[in-house]
Amino acid sequence: MITLKGLHKKFDELEVLKGIDLQVDRGKVVVVIGPSGSGKTTLLRCINVLETPTAGEISIDNQTLDFTDSVSKKAISSFRRLTGMVFQSYNLFPHMTALGNVMEGPLTVKGENKEAVRKRAEELLSKVGLGDKLDYYPFQLSGGQQQRVGIARALAMEPKVMLFDEPTSALDPELVGEVLKVMKNLASEGMTMVVVTHEMRFAEEAADEVIFMDGGHIIERGAPSQIFTNPKEERTKQFLNMIQ
Amino acid sequence: MKMYLTNIFTDPERIDRLISIAKSSLLPLLEGAISYTIPLALISFVIGLTLAVLTALARISTIRVLQIIARVYVSAIRGTPLLVQLFLIFYLLPALNIIIDPFPSAVIGFSLNVGAYASEVIRAAILSIPKGQWEAGYSMGMSYQQLLKRIILPQASRVSIPPLSNTFISLVKDTSLASMILVTEMFRRAQEIAATNYEFILLYSMAALIYWVICFVLSVLQGFMEKRLNRYVS
Repeated sequence: MITLKGLHKKFDELEVLKGIDLQVDRGKVVVVIGPSGSGKTTLLRCINVLETPTAGEISIDNQTLDFTDSVSKKAISSFRRLTGMVFQSYNLFPHMTALGNVMEGPLTVKGENKEAVRKRAEELLSKVGLGDKLDYYPFQLSGGQQQRVGIARALAMEPKVMLFDEPTSALDPELVGEVLKVMKNLASEGMTMVVVTHEMRFAEEAADEVIFMDGGHIIERGAPSQIFTNPKEERTKQFLNMIQ
Repeated sequence: MKMYLTNIFTDPERIDRLISIAKSSLLPLLEGAISYTIPLALISFVIGLTLAVLTALARISTIRVLQIIARVYVSAIRGTPLLVQLFLIFYLLPALNIIIDPFPSAVIGFSLNVGAYASEVIRAAILSIPKGQWEAGYSMGMSYQQLLKRIILPQASRVSIPPLSNTFISLVKDTSLASMILVTEMFRRAQEIAATNYEFILLYSMAALIYWVICFVLSVLQGFMEKRLNRYVS
């Protein structure tokens, strides 16, 4: 479903991604862990082309962007529709209700029929447990509720892949569970997901594969049970020791 | 001033004269306000605002030429007096064989002026919208234009209302400068009437009062708009 080949990203002189090769199969949930500055968020943002890779190739569902050449804006925006992004700080549109947030993409970007979109948006919000909050503005919602609207908003574009950038890091501890539950449901429905997170419990319970990144490289990858109980690499061990 | 006031308080005939002049000039002054001052301000503000959005977008664009044009425009307008700008347009256009009435040349002058000042307000408002809003829009495949229209400008407009109201209120009062290029707006009417009866203080006070009333109404409108646009903010 997702294939990354030789992905590099440089910010001026600082090289954040130093050649990432990765394949994620359809329906798989991949959790990316690693110390801050390891490049995991940049990796995710590159898959959504919020950052333009300096070199390398990204393929999603048979569409490919090759960043060795320059890529047109149009190609980028159609490529972005393949992925749904969930942000650490939710980034809901504050001037729209929960329903408005979820409807915005299908209406503006895809130009879909308003009634159909409305129906689907209501269903999505019910699915994330917010069927009774359709007309609430983001400021009237808790962090956990806002993030669930964020997930529904990303799903409304019917993406092939969902990307989560530390979706629970900005939440109060008691609100983390409700967001993770929605994510687990999504995983069990067969959504392909790449999740950057510090929630090791989530990784253990929901991930098919855990990837450990450090210094712009993928250091180690494997099943959660293997990575967490029996890591091969020294740096993975150090990192896991520090957070446990 | 002392003489003037003493006269009013002691001389009943003087009071009668002032009242009768006030009565007979109120209508011409109001007519000047309604058919010139207010339209001049309104039309110039709408054109100026459009110009301001374009200028602000040019300033924050990545295209160097646009940035430079916008910078020079804003710098030139902010660096020269409005009165000088009005005179320049009034005399320059005929010299280029473009013959237009005083009113449209005043509209051009005020629009250019508002465009430059308001562009700074709008630029700041656009820059005040968090980067995450752009990213959320881009991540779902929106184009720059769609993002501006649906996400950024609606939020920027809320931030801009108080400073733009200031600009508009200033503009209403600045239209009195159009009297200098022969637009028969309210202040010029006051001057013309006073020139026949020498009651300058009375007529200028009346003009001042009408400006004040107009601006008061505008502040009330501003309050309504702020309230409406703040409905999605805690």
